[in-house]
Amino acid sequence: MVGTLQAPAGRLIELPKPRGPLSERLFEALRRAPEEAPELGLDDEQHRAGEVHSSDPIADEDLQLALYVAYELHYTRVEGVDEDWEWSPALLGFRAALERRFEEAVAELVPAAGGDEAGAVSAALQRIVAEDPGPPLSRYMEKEGTRKQMLEHVVHRSAYQLKEADPHSWAIPRLSPAPKAALLEVQSDEYGGGSSARMHSVLFAQTMAGLGLDPTYGAYLDRLPGVTLAAVNLMTGFGLHRRRRGAIVGHLAAFEMTSSIPNRRYGNALRRLGYGRDVTHFYDEHVEADAVHENIAAWDLAGGLAAAEPEVAADILFGARALLALEARWAAHLMDSWERGETSLLTPLTLARA
Amino acid sequence: MYENWGENDESAAEPVTITPYPDGPYLVRGAFVVRDQEGNEMPMERRTIALCRCGKSRIRPLCDGTHKLIGFRAPSASEQ
Repeated sequence: MVGTLQAPAGRLIELPKPRGPLSERLFEALRRAPEEAPELGLDDEQHRAGEVHSSDPIADEDLQLALYVAYELHYTRVEGVDEDWEWSPALLGFRAALERRFEEAVAELVPAAGGDEAGAVSAALQRIVAEDPGPPLSRYMEKEGTRKQMLEHVVHRSAYQLKEADPHSWAIPRLSPAPKAALLEVQSDEYGGGSSARMHSVLFAQTMAGLGLDPTYGAYLDRLPGVTLAAVNLMTGFGLHRRRRGAIVGHLAAFEMTSSIPNRRYGNALRRLGYGRDVTHFYDEHVEADAVHENIAAWDLAGGLAAAEPEVAADILFGARALLALEARWAAHLMDSWERGETSLLTPLTLARA
Repeated sequence: MYENWGENDESAAEPVTITPYPDGPYLVRGAFVVRDQEGNEMPMERRTIALCRCGKSRIRPLCDGTHKLIGFRAPSASEQ
């Protein structure tokens, strides 16, 4: 079904609705000129610290949305927002306060690596992934997920999948030659190996269109809960900070290592629901692609980085465990919502066609 | 395009490489072609492919990650 979608123009999103004082303050500022920011209190350290006190930052609607939009300035144009905001010191200071609170919460959730693990990173990654049973979400979807639940799942995933591979690409210039070559081998395939039609983000847009969903970048942002945005904020944060190059590499390795089998199940779920190859192709492609990528990512990329920079080995494992922890939290949110008979989105989908 | 590779391009002289990954598939890199017994070429879209080593993949000859479900164990180096 290549060619059914119009070639997308450059990304452009609209500012979503604020969900609390942090996002309200940020979005109000973004509608003005960056030079006016200091008057808006975004650079007031004490004021900030007083507000970022969420008891559950990982699922905090206000904190995660504000952080997500602050990060989106690096990925996309935002309607009505001056592009100079991307590197505004006031915004970066505000963002840092959100990042610190989020990082603390993730660190509380993820056990630190043992000393022996850091010495044999690739084997430790295999063990971490093997010992994690993974959420029951993909098995549930394969056997009994409904069409409505599948559509919700795709909408959640659109927060990352429409920019698939981009957060990990921030790491490229930070790596030494051997792990850099390994990362590029993976990313080149993610980006279609020279063919934009095979680019994974483009395949995902086709899946969305085939399901009757809007494949426009950012179209569902107002419906995505904080726990979904947190999973994307995690990788963008790891990617944008050179200090976290170990974590972003570990995140990618664990992502690839836990991808092939769930994606086969999601493809089966869609076939069971009567969808054709135009919709399942994204998932089928990931079964095959990630069976390649996971080996490169675990051994050549993560192992290569740990060999070149042993001091980041523990952070590689942290990134892997952080991914698994946040994925589990997100999957539990979906399953719990559905068990209660509720939508897992902030507002239910209104579908254009059945 | 291979015919445009210069004489000084070392990659032109590099053979296809097959690497067994620990407890995982064979990764194949280079200017390879995969054919069935009848000589029909199996189209491979990616530059690096993973061939099943555990025998249980559902997309053979390619790997689909099933080796992790069955506890497949094999070293990267030769067992001889």
